[in-house]
Amino acid sequence: MSSDESHPLAKYIRKGAQPHTHCAGCGNGIIAQSFLRAVDQAGIPMRRMVCVAGIGCSGWIPSPFFDVDTLHVTHGRPIAFATGVKLGNPDLEVVVFTGDGDCSAIGGNHLIHAARRNIGVKVICVNNMIYGMTGGEVAPTTPRGIKTTTTPFGNLERPFDLSKLVVAAGGTHVVRWTSYHVARLVAAMKKALTRKGFAFVEVLSQCPVHYGRRIGISNPVEMMRWFQKQSVPIEKARELSEQELSGKFVVGEFVDIEAPELTELYAEQFGAVRLGSN
Amino acid sequence: MQGNEACALGAVAAGCRFFAFYPITPAGEIAEKMSQLLPKARGVYIQMEDEIAAIGSVIGASWTGLKTMTATSGPGFSLMQENIGYAVMTETPCVIVDVQRAGPSTGIVSAPMQGDVVQARHGSHGEYEIIALAPSSAQEMFDITIRAFNLAEQYRSPVIVLADETVGHMREEVIIPEENMIEIVNRRTPSSAAEASRAFLSPSVAPMPIFGKGFSAHVTGSSHDEYGKRQASAPEAIDKIVRTISEKIRAHTAEISTIQKLMLDDADVVLVAYGSCARTAEYVVKQARERAVHAGLLRLIGLWPFPGKTVQQALKSVGRVIVLENNLGQIFPEVERVTAGGSEAFFLPPETIGTLHRPAYVLEHVMEAAS
Repeated sequence: MSSDESHPLAKYIRKGAQPHTHCAGCGNGIIAQSFLRAVDQAGIPMRRMVCVAGIGCSGWIPSPFFDVDTLHVTHGRPIAFATGVKLGNPDLEVVVFTGDGDCSAIGGNHLIHAARRNIGVKVICVNNMIYGMTGGEVAPTTPRGIKTTTTPFGNLERPFDLSKLVVAAGGTHVVRWTSYHVARLVAAMKKALTRKGFAFVEVLSQCPVHYGRRIGISNPVEMMRWFQKQSVPIEKARELSEQELSGKFVVGEFVDIEAPELTELYAEQFGAVRLGSN
Repeated sequence: MQGNEACALGAVAAGCRFFAFYPITPAGEIAEKMSQLLPKARGVYIQMEDEIAAIGSVIGASWTGLKTMTATSGPGFSLMQENIGYAVMTETPCVIVDVQRAGPSTGIVSAPMQGDVVQARHGSHGEYEIIALAPSSAQEMFDITIRAFNLAEQYRSPVIVLADETVGHMREEVIIPEENMIEIVNRRTPSSAAEASRAFLSPSVAPMPIFGKGFSAHVTGSSHDEYGKRQASAPEAIDKIVRTISEKIRAHTAEISTIQKLMLDDADVVLVAYGSCARTAEYVVKQARERAVHAGLLRLIGLWPFPGKTVQQALKSVGRVIVLENNLGQIFPEVERVTAGGSEAFFLPPETIGTLHRPAYVLEHVMEAAS
């Protein structure tokens, strides 16, 4: 364990929480480290942070590994719980770790309403385009035609574009990168953490076990190369047709606008009364 | 004052500072009142996108140290069940007011029924114990709401106020005591990191490590140990959870689930009732006494945990027991169980379920039972 102690991010890891539970080749490790680097760079004290985790592999990024107050909740509901935490004590930095199924299928309602409210909750959405934890069932983000354990003849439905969905719902800060774009991801997470309002950080991530295998790329490194090759910066994507963007991943900052944050509006309406437990 | 308004006043008096809601009849007046009262009390009112989100945010806010509540009726209560189970599992204090209406499904929004009694007890999956109290007057909508908060804080458990449409909408006198006359219980919080680390599964209720205090609390709905550490594949861990979270409440059944006795000492026929039915029952008992029938009333104030021993003791020398409920008999099996071998227990729903019992109809049955 002495080598753990020497890792610069080891101070953020809960003692006794190892070993982790992610499959070999999973993108969660990259996302976990990117997040902790962002926290480190932003200088946010862990005692002021609350991580709210949904159900699905993404929830296991903070829970129980980050040494931070953690609320690991029911499937689809982390944003609803996080809304209560943030309103209860606006001084807390509230971060949700969720997946594409967790926040856009069962929990889609909470996602769009949190974006609409512009409550200062930061959502890290790990999008692996599949239900990984339960065995590889089709998700609302699975592209058309893909064969999964529950679409053995190919998926008939159109996938959600999650970042566009949150933009449409009024999200004030929406950004998408992939597990390949680590430096960009760290910078994006840092920016999201230092903003006041709602933030949605979508991370396309590889699930070699349940998705890569289905699309003929079971090697995790190959999956990341695929992300690299298929990614198109949003600035460039704006000049391309829908047809030209078929099969591509548009990455970058979709929106970044200033708007009043909900808990600040509460404080204002109630005569600058400081909300919270104290 | 209206029962629902009294509930809101009781909540704020108890220290409630976070209320989340999704619109539903016949609970709407609680939300209206809370939205007026809470801002002035430095609290938060929020209308969430559905009842699942309402109870979710209530649990989240409870972990920031606030006393929290939501209110709903049958359809919303059904939606809340999964997260009520989460609150049980994570030992999160919060209050859920269910102003029961007629169901199943959308049913009749403003008809009284007591159809959610068993759901309150067993509505979420898995094995657990829960506290549910049944007010039967506007005054009790105030008093019992305060008591619900106190029990939630004391036992770190969700507590359900099982009101019904009649009690929620009735208007009668409510006496609001002076603030210093109201007993308030606050949750225990840890005084050291060592104490904070053992945050769960104590038979005597562990102190709650509030978020933001540097305790790195790990709160999970998955099976866990007393440190909150996930134990997702050990049957021994879930065995300990089920037994501990149930027993911390069951061991105090008599204190939690109180009853009210009216003219029980010499009674030959006793009506057992709760909520709005208890009002009819009280009236009928007095009418029967005027006719020289030794009738009495046992009113259940706490429904869950069912106060079996208390009821058994109170009814041990009674010949006949009539259980009044506005359903097809949800508490009746409990009463029948504890009176078996002693009294003869009958069940009496109203002639038309979804309306109140007609007093003359109940009196008829009392006279018959007495003869």
